[in-house]
Amino acid sequence: MSVAAPRMRLPRRRFPGRGSGSSERTKLPARELLGVAVQGLRTRRLRASLSALGIAIGIGAMVAVVGVSASSQANLLATIDSLGTNLLTVAPGQTFLGANEALPSTALAAIDHMPTVQRDSGIYALSGVTVRRTPYVPSEQTGGVGVNAADSGLLAAVGAQLSAGQFLSAANQRFPTVVLGAQAASVLQINGVGGHIQVFLGGTWFNVVGIMRPVTLDPNLDSTAFIGLPVAERLFRALPSPSEIYVRADVNNVSQVSGLLAATADPQTPDGVQVSRPSDALEARAAAKGQFTTLLLGLGAVALLVGAIGIANIMVISVLERRGEIGLRRALGATRRHISSQFLAESALLAALGGVAGLLLGSAATLVYSLAQNQPMVIPGYALVSAPLAGLLIGAVAGLYPAAKAARLSPTEALRAS
Amino acid sequence: MSAAPQASALRLREVSKEYPGEVHALRGVSVEVAGGDQVAVVGPSGSGKTTMLTVLGTLERPSSGVVEVAGRDVVGASDVQLAALRAHEIGFVFQGFHLQDTMTALDNVANGMLYTGAPARARREAAQTALERVGLANRVTHRPQQLSGGERQRVAIARAIAKRPVIILADEPTGNLDSRSGQEVLSLLRELTDGGATLVLITHDRGISETFGRQIEMRDGEIVGDERQ
Repeated sequence: MSVAAPRMRLPRRRFPGRGSGSSERTKLPARELLGVAVQGLRTRRLRASLSALGIAIGIGAMVAVVGVSASSQANLLATIDSLGTNLLTVAPGQTFLGANEALPSTALAAIDHMPTVQRDSGIYALSGVTVRRTPYVPSEQTGGVGVNAADSGLLAAVGAQLSAGQFLSAANQRFPTVVLGAQAASVLQINGVGGHIQVFLGGTWFNVVGIMRPVTLDPNLDSTAFIGLPVAERLFRALPSPSEIYVRADVNNVSQVSGLLAATADPQTPDGVQVSRPSDALEARAAAKGQFTTLLLGLGAVALLVGAIGIANIMVISVLERRGEIGLRRALGATRRHISSQFLAESALLAALGGVAGLLLGSAATLVYSLAQNQPMVIPGYALVSAPLAGLLIGAVAGLYPAAKAARLSPTEALRAS
Repeated sequence: MSAAPQASALRLREVSKEYPGEVHALRGVSVEVAGGDQVAVVGPSGSGKTTMLTVLGTLERPSSGVVEVAGRDVVGASDVQLAALRAHEIGFVFQGFHLQDTMTALDNVANGMLYTGAPARARREAAQTALERVGLANRVTHRPQQLSGGERQRVAIARAIAKRPVIILADEPTGNLDSRSGQEVLSLLRELTDGGATLVLITHDRGISETFGRQIEMRDGEIVGDERQ
């Protein structure tokens, strides 16, 4: 019977004489090794998934932190972009002794003549003028709402929008009409412009014709009531120099314009002029938001460490339980190295799967957050690559000791154990 | 039909094996087994017969003495060389079968050749042939739990012979079986190795060892009898 059986096509590698190299080896290609590792994990599914969960939670937390932060940042930057980064503000600075400088009354006209300026608009603070619902409200209770005179171009210059009514225009700016910033309207408890709503402003009743939405690029405008220049001139006389000038520069020449503004506004004392770019401040805030995530990432790293210890633990138990299998494999021709690579591969694969699961978990968390915040969802590209890779690496490190332990096991002892 | 006996397939010369704690499992054992021979090693438990088998199977190195397997000196060989020797030349059959419960009979047998370097397809083909030879052609896709004890041991035998080793080492292969399936397994082992591989079988059962052409008797780590019929 045995003689009649066909000779199988296994490569015969007889034990050759000393000194001949590779034919004395047994082989376990990477693909076979992966198969062995998958088989090892599949036979212990529940335990494998539970120990991978530790890694998944750690990596999931980190991906979520990175994703949520990147999404908020992307949202903020998108907002800034939509508002334009070409807005510059010109304001009087302070003298060396701390007293307030004033812009020359010609500043606005001079800036208006700059060829790279698209539009500009000035506001004029009216100090001592208060706005209240009725004269019966004490004049000290202004709720922090200031009164400014403004021209009709302000809305377009700062990229603001109205939530109700209309802005100051050539038609209404001569009359006692007022437009309220979002915060000012809320302080005065005015929700709309319907009917005949009036506020008591500087001793005169003013009609509320418009309410603005919050202005992202300059929140100071939110707590301000705006009246027309002519009416301000007529009722409150003094129209000093502009307290702030908003300039929309040509998008490609923003920094050039920025450099020229001070000297243009006040050729005699350019040092007394402050030029700033509100979008810079917002971008700095976006960057600062990213910094905060370091702490949360640290917490994720702790979770990962715990996960790694869990994997090492489960692998050590696995080695003890599988002594019989290890002994059998040794009897079948596995070298110590084969055994250690098997357990190392199992551990790395387990943690890599945990990494992939963590990536999915973290992405899901980011998605939920983004949907709730109504903002775009962003997972940084490096997270997509590094999550499974980090898992792989952690698993390999966690598997080092169990793998060495498995390789050291005496095959006869291992066979006897079962 | 018997192949002409080769030079010694297995040779032990003055082999001793000590374990920590002054346990002398083997005391100066010398024995030779010719290629193609069928030998039973008999002795009570603790007589050192399993230790001799693990030394012959290169799973363990002796404390002293010379061990030659298939004409190769084992004592000075590296772990990699010994593993290659086991992968290609030695088939083991254990009392406890040592099958993987989660794999089919075919995969169990095919995986027995994992470390030979043969491609997966050749392994599966060889496994199929081996299972047919042990009479389990209709059990190929069964898992160990679905097989009887005798069938499980036949799968293990298929795993041992599939790679066509020159030496088969069987450690109490009938120990976990009832006498009828034990008898079947035994005759299968002898039939499959007849005229090919060298068979060394360990047993504590004199009834089994007496059916062998050569019977080596061990006690307290020494060979106390070596009979040929």
